[in-house]
Amino acid sequence: MSEYIFYPGCSLESSAKSYHDSLNIVCEKVGITLNEIDDWNCCGATEYFGINLTPAYALITRNLALAAEKANGTNTVVAPCSACYLNLAKADYYMREQPKLGTQVNLALEAGGLSYKPGSLEIRHLLDVLIYDIGLDTIKSNVVRPLTGLRVAPYLGCMVPRPDYEKRWSDHEHPVELDLLLEALGAEVIDFPLKTHCCGGHMPHIGPETAYEMLHRLLTSADEHKADIMATVCPMCQMNVDAYQGETNQYFGTNHKMPIVFFTQLIGLAFGATPKELGFGSELVSAKKALAKIGTAPPKTKKTRKSKKKAGLPMPQPLPTGIRINEEEVIR
Amino acid sequence: MTTKSNSHPQERIGVYVCHCGTNISAMVDVEDVAQWAADKLEHKGVVIARDYKFMCSSLGQELVEKDIHELKLTRVVVAACSPHLHEKTFRTACERAGLNPYLCELVSIREQVSWVHTDKVAATAKSKAVLSGGIERVLWHEPLDPMTVPIHPATLVVGGGIAGIQAALEIADAGHPVYLVERDASIGGHMAQFDKTFPTLDCAACILTPRMVEAGMHPNITLMTWAEVENVDGYVGNFDVTVRQKARKVITDLCTGCGICEEKCPKKVIDDVYEAGLGYRKAVYTPFPQAVPNFPVMDVENCIYFDTGKCKACEKFCPTEAIDFTQEDEIVEFPVGNIILATGYDLFDARRVSNYGYGHLENVFTSMEFERMNNASGPTDGEIVLRDGKTVPDSVGIIHCVGSRDMNYNNYCSTICCMQGLKFAHLVQERTGATVYNFYIDMRTAYKGYDEFYQKVLEEGTRFIRGKVAEVTDVARLPNEEGKLIIQAEDTLIGKQRRIPVDMVILSSGLEPRHDAKEVAKTFGISCSADGWYIEKHPKLDPVATMTEGVYIAGCVQGPKDIPSSVAQGAAAAARVIGKIQQKEMALEPVRASVLEDQCSGCRICNDLCPFNAILFHEDTMLSEINPALCQGCGTCVAACPAGAITGTGFSNEQVLAQIEGLLMDMSV
Repeated sequence: MSEYIFYPGCSLESSAKSYHDSLNIVCEKVGITLNEIDDWNCCGATEYFGINLTPAYALITRNLALAAEKANGTNTVVAPCSACYLNLAKADYYMREQPKLGTQVNLALEAGGLSYKPGSLEIRHLLDVLIYDIGLDTIKSNVVRPLTGLRVAPYLGCMVPRPDYEKRWSDHEHPVELDLLLEALGAEVIDFPLKTHCCGGHMPHIGPETAYEMLHRLLTSADEHKADIMATVCPMCQMNVDAYQGETNQYFGTNHKMPIVFFTQLIGLAFGATPKELGFGSELVSAKKALAKIGTAPPKTKKTRKSKKKAGLPMPQPLPTGIRINEEEVIR
Repeated sequence: MTTKSNSHPQERIGVYVCHCGTNISAMVDVEDVAQWAADKLEHKGVVIARDYKFMCSSLGQELVEKDIHELKLTRVVVAACSPHLHEKTFRTACERAGLNPYLCELVSIREQVSWVHTDKVAATAKSKAVLSGGIERVLWHEPLDPMTVPIHPATLVVGGGIAGIQAALEIADAGHPVYLVERDASIGGHMAQFDKTFPTLDCAACILTPRMVEAGMHPNITLMTWAEVENVDGYVGNFDVTVRQKARKVITDLCTGCGICEEKCPKKVIDDVYEAGLGYRKAVYTPFPQAVPNFPVMDVENCIYFDTGKCKACEKFCPTEAIDFTQEDEIVEFPVGNIILATGYDLFDARRVSNYGYGHLENVFTSMEFERMNNASGPTDGEIVLRDGKTVPDSVGIIHCVGSRDMNYNNYCSTICCMQGLKFAHLVQERTGATVYNFYIDMRTAYKGYDEFYQKVLEEGTRFIRGKVAEVTDVARLPNEEGKLIIQAEDTLIGKQRRIPVDMVILSSGLEPRHDAKEVAKTFGISCSADGWYIEKHPKLDPVATMTEGVYIAGCVQGPKDIPSSVAQGAAAAARVIGKIQQKEMALEPVRASVLEDQCSGCRICNDLCPFNAILFHEDTMLSEINPALCQGCGTCVAACPAGAITGTGFSNEQVLAQIEGLLMDMSV
């Protein structure tokens, strides 16, 4: 049984409720206990840091102060939302780097009788915990309904793998963690080239054309790779790809019908939970057609005869995927 | 404190304070320091204290010599620059005047005082303290005699690239025996993989292979390929080298190099070494047609016979019965006097920069892959084509500084990539007529004829985009990007983001130290920088020697460099070695450590700390012993020994403690 301090964030209460429901099911299965921080508040999302820095840091650090009080045998805070994860990690990192900021923030927190010592908590994303603490073997052993035949585009968005203050991910541009996790569920994972590209963030509200352009890129690439569904780790990515797909189609005259769900929903499915309890059905672009594929064996590929034609040139071997490349393992 | 000076009542000390032009005198009141020493340290034995504009000049040295004669000095203290620079100068001056050179002490008031301080009064006071320390210390000096050792005339050259070949040939031509040890199956190194060399565009093989053949045939060179140095014992002039001759599975005395075994071998393997992964070889193979020696080697891991017990096609067809599946590695031992390390570099693994797509996107190539593709003996017979093996590109993007000048990978400049990128641009344009884009951060074309080559490529119409590439992707946004690789980069000259669709991308990968550079450095008892490049004795004035006597470095092992510089270093290292060999014997610094046997507990702490592998542990007596010829007198073991059982001439406990007391002297009295 692994215990973690849990910071759900606002999205998981509302628009990303299916994320919350499904991660609870998954965590229970793999033996993770999540202790929610009492009286937590919004992380400030992407907006507040653009308005006033010190209050923004104070707002987010209040949660760390509360979490540190709660720390009971564990000092790891798990955040499933990528904006929350980034903001918590950012506040902790910059307060450590700039002692002056730490003093200012603590001065603000003092008003509420709180304080936080930077560096006293570990801030990690749920995906990181599932891969590096629980491990692929445990996940594999829980799979009762493999996602065989389902072509999934792994989509991380921009805020989880970067800037990666604590060097937790295998690579900043093409991390492989989500790919490996989905593969462990039996899914067919496409090599999605835009997996760390931006979904447009809050641009749908302030410059919709820009957002449509960015969503169009993601959807076109996922379609080209013949993905049935996109799996994400970020409530904002899910919201943008899902809710603005219709407008994007209208704007470009396209007909994308790409469902996007949370990776925990797919894990839950593979673990045998029902689509309903995992929150399927709440997405706007329906995942029904994609779900129908699960369980059906992929058609057998026809054996082709070896071509006698002069073959092309060999490709370089991809880097060995030892998930996280340690200092020693770095291939020179 | 006074007891110490009382124990040396007879010593007569001369003190010399250098102005070093204004290097010292601008920040230290040198006249005051000298006057103070004469007045206040008379009771220590100071009989004369002088200041002089340039103590290292011949007039300055003569001053010291004259005083030794006339004032009967028995000790000399010079307050000037770091001992690294002029200790030898003043020791020699003392020797000329009949004083044992080791009775001279140099104290640094330049590097450690005048250059690092901004307060003249404090700097002057510090100079006095440092000088006082030197005077207390010199009282404990003892006359020492250098030890002479004979120099074995043979030389070991490790690494058969162009630097190693050059060094081996120079020494062999001077009439001395050389062992040239190469890890791969053939000598030639990276240069043998290239097609053309910048800036003259002469064919790499045409200029390299004659030198390879010469090295292979030279009566004074013992060529050992497919071999690795396992161990080195001994010291300058008398190294004992152990080499593992890996089993070729081919009896070289019988093999004629006809190549039938390779032709008949049914197993095809991707050649990661010579063809940079772009082509194939067999399980028994000679890496390239001009290989020296021309004997094949067997790749046991991929051989069908070693895997399944069947096949033996090579043996069946060999006309001279030269194939021997039972052949084992052999250990060869021989003595040498000097060693030159020319082990070269590894290419930066471009897969690490995942946003450039190497390994994901099929038409992204590394510079070495392109070298092979471009080479007439390479996998495409010199055709510049895409990964499908047939399509000629219409447009090619060349990205500079891949893995270099990048804090995520290597901070340093790999120096050769700019010229390499320009060479590629010229060759692509000449052979395919494709449009070529060069993406560079800064264009670095120093050295003879290089910038002229840049101008020529500019005139040929190559496009240059100054800015770091963000991404190479196959995700199209515009119709003209469909089916292409798109290079996204900031063009810093027009201040705009640009997306340039091309058919082929070449990554000008940087140079990195060999993956095993650190272990190899340890085998030879030399040190490498944090990056892994081997450290020269002096970056400007002694670029091919190392801090370990008798071990020299040449070529890229010391840092990234091009062919002319590698050759120059190979020749320079050879010249140093030839000079040493001709001395026949050499004097070794007598400043070294020794173990007091009755106090050594055999804890072995000192064994691993010694950077020069000079400490030997005797299992039978459980005692450590220091090889006086290997010891460089660094003092690490003296400080580390928990039993205080190690003492160093020139840095004994008495000397160091006396120096500390001198430093802490009360200046007010």
